[in-house]
Amino acid sequence: MQLSYEKSVPGRRAIVLDPLDVPEAALPAALCRKEAAALPELGELDVVRHFTRLSKLNFGIDSHFYPLGSCTMKYNPKLAEAVAALAGFAHLHPHLSTSPAFWAHCQGAFELLYETEQWLAEIAGMKEVTLQPIAGAHGELTGTLLMAAYHRDRGSKKDTILIPDSAHGTNPASAAIAGFKVIEIPSHEDGTLRLDSVKAAMSDTVAGIMMTCPNTHGLFEPAVAEIADLMHAHDALVYYDGANLNAIMGIARPGDLGFDVMHYNLHKTFATPHGMGGPGSGPVGVGERLAPYLPGPRVVKGGDGYELRAPEKSIGRVAAFFGNFMMALRAYAYMCHLGKEGLRQASENAVLNANYIFARLKHAYEPAFDLPFMHECVFTAAPQAKKGVRALDIAKALLDRGFHAPTVYFPLTVKESLMIEPTETESRETLDEFCDAMLDIAEAVDSDPESLHEAPKTTPVGRLDEVRAARQLNCAC
Amino acid sequence: MTWVPSTAAERDAMLSVIGAKTIDDLFASVPASLRAKSWALPAGISEMAVRARLEKWAARNAGGVTSFLGGGAYDHFIPAAVDALTSRSEFYTAYTPYQPECSQGTLQSIYEYQSAICRLTGLDYANASLYDGGTAVFEATTMAVRLTRRNRVVCHGSLNPVYRAMLETHIANLDLELEDGESPEGAACVIVQNPGFRGDVEDFTALAERCHEEGALLVMSFYPISLGILKSPGEMGVDIAVAEGQCLGVPLNFGGPWLGVMATRKEHVRKMPGRIAAATEDAQGRRGFVLTLQAREQHIRREKAMSNICSNEALCALRALVYLTLLGKEGLREVARHCHSKAEYLKKRLSFAQILNDGPTFNEFAVRLPRNAEEVAAELITRGFLAGLPLASLGAGEPNDLLIAVTERRTREELDAFAHALEEVCS
Repeated sequence: MQLSYEKSVPGRRAIVLDPLDVPEAALPAALCRKEAAALPELGELDVVRHFTRLSKLNFGIDSHFYPLGSCTMKYNPKLAEAVAALAGFAHLHPHLSTSPAFWAHCQGAFELLYETEQWLAEIAGMKEVTLQPIAGAHGELTGTLLMAAYHRDRGSKKDTILIPDSAHGTNPASAAIAGFKVIEIPSHEDGTLRLDSVKAAMSDTVAGIMMTCPNTHGLFEPAVAEIADLMHAHDALVYYDGANLNAIMGIARPGDLGFDVMHYNLHKTFATPHGMGGPGSGPVGVGERLAPYLPGPRVVKGGDGYELRAPEKSIGRVAAFFGNFMMALRAYAYMCHLGKEGLRQASENAVLNANYIFARLKHAYEPAFDLPFMHECVFTAAPQAKKGVRALDIAKALLDRGFHAPTVYFPLTVKESLMIEPTETESRETLDEFCDAMLDIAEAVDSDPESLHEAPKTTPVGRLDEVRAARQLNCAC
Repeated sequence: MTWVPSTAAERDAMLSVIGAKTIDDLFASVPASLRAKSWALPAGISEMAVRARLEKWAARNAGGVTSFLGGGAYDHFIPAAVDALTSRSEFYTAYTPYQPECSQGTLQSIYEYQSAICRLTGLDYANASLYDGGTAVFEATTMAVRLTRRNRVVCHGSLNPVYRAMLETHIANLDLELEDGESPEGAACVIVQNPGFRGDVEDFTALAERCHEEGALLVMSFYPISLGILKSPGEMGVDIAVAEGQCLGVPLNFGGPWLGVMATRKEHVRKMPGRIAAATEDAQGRRGFVLTLQAREQHIRREKAMSNICSNEALCALRALVYLTLLGKEGLREVARHCHSKAEYLKKRLSFAQILNDGPTFNEFAVRLPRNAEEVAAELITRGFLAGLPLASLGAGEPNDLLIAVTERRTREELDAFAHALEEVCS
């Protein structure tokens, strides 16, 4: 498709303001740009048609099943979009929170923040929650900064964080950006983290461990409580990566498992849209130990309504205001509608759907592990790869069959990994259609492998030359 | 209340395929001792009831006020087509474009967005977005540290104090020295803002030259709308330009989601954080777009990545792109011209107050009122005006200082009425 710049016609306009109703003012020429920025010149219908056509080149949840492991691509309720359009929230200036003089005029927003934090705290068994972190990885960074502040405050020089090899890449990256050294802990061949492996890496310089539970292999960590005890015995902290919280709502809570600090992904568990990669939201929950260090200011209940206060030993601001407020609003609408029972049912059905897919595919694809999977199941396409069909080929063949691909080549611990997370919002028919497509592809590995190498054929473009992209590096026109 | 479609009969049928009797059997790996100790949540309520509650809360927030409040976020007009196009679910329910063949809409949009940011800033490369203006300053700082291998970071007085506070929080555990001033000697970078937080417009060309003589980088936080007329970061010799992109078609959203913008020079691109889209071809020679230089990113490089960023603000970047495409070359200049002219008009109407800016300003300026600015602002809000930001509330001025912003949305009538009301409450 042509670029908007290629469609540009000199002098064409879409949006025109009323004539200036005050005298024209000018800035000194030395402070002004020489030429106007060469933005496209198009009419409104040109622009509308351009972006409408672009949108049609995408797979979205509303049009396609999206079984991306670790991403929790559940249905994004329209209710959440409707409340996010309310002008009283969408056009509210955040500096109304800056001066107490304005607080009476943003009480509705403060109440929303306060209530959302209460819900999230109870869901995960945390003492307090901050909504400031803007994304999951930003939550990890905030969490590791809180860990650093805790140890600094106690005068201890703990500078290392332990991270299992199955962790999301953001875990080691966040720990490093926060200033920690990272030690990678190998998973046991059964896909779980063993207490012994953690013990082997344990020392007085260890500030804490970052764990995902269930882990990225889709498995509940059997030693999670013992690992937490080991950490606490060394005055080290335990971080919970909330990417897989959708597996355990109402079943288990990170706080009860011994975690001191965690992040939630509102764009995963709480159904806020992924928006092509963002905005997300990564609130951080903490237990007793870290509550005094939370980012501030925080909404608290005062005598005359809600007001702002900074915690005693706050690390300061990680966002300019309250993080991605509109994502918290969407998540609040989601939680309120589902309530106690609905949230638990979401996790139950997420696990049911993943196990159903696993049961239907386990004879055609090799399970990566023998333990029971929770909300996602992981296969290895290594046997198919021996026949010349790689996980990537399977992914592309799925696109031709009308499904987004599962996550491939992650976790890094599994060769030719296919990681499938259906979520609870998919119907049995959709799961069956997907499984039929996967079985069809498994057959084609033997009968017609060439057709899989040529996939995808039905998409707007075929496989793209990534080497050329990096070498020629044409990133703007 | 649920968004789960399965019926009880379907669940039973699925359980029998799995070979389990009950759903609880599927949770056998979670031992009883580790089960939830509490689940004290309210029962679900209908869609109708959720909406009623949130409409009530929304009505408790300031609505229908004429705003002169800025301080980093601005009440600009958003054309209807921005909402119409970006609320297409093919955009907002899509994931990160890791499967490029079914994500060309996303990837071409990112490429066009990067192009718009490069044309606006006069720099060579832009990324697909960062979280917001404040975290973009932090990312630019660590990028400058990587590029120069120096650990001194200098914050110029023009920088938004909120960004400075965020920077301090983010680098608290790193071996970096943060100082105020503008001396580039031995520094990784000097961070400036244009227009400055209090509205001053400057030409930082000479500072860029001094930075480069000293082997330091110049990082600039800019205001995208102002680049409709102001000298671009590229023209001044800036190395890394960052911005809060909220002004480009993103609602105020009580602080988020907003949009972190970043652009840089060609030689620094491999150290830039965040996703980058690039043009390429498929086997048939058809143009297509992919994410590129991914070896900079966390999912490949883990603890050695340029940044930990994964989720970004893609949908807000799309809003910015649609906004800039609708405005076009002339439209952006027009919006900037209106903002500036209207601010100058208001400035002249405030003879009862002292203008604190010595030199030129764009659409925002600081005044010293004859009365306490917080009291004045509290009184004016009941008269339908958001008067501005009392600077003392951020430790950025005296108790009587007020930061006033004017956008293209303000009419002459509103400017006159505001000037009149402000004078009245001050006298």
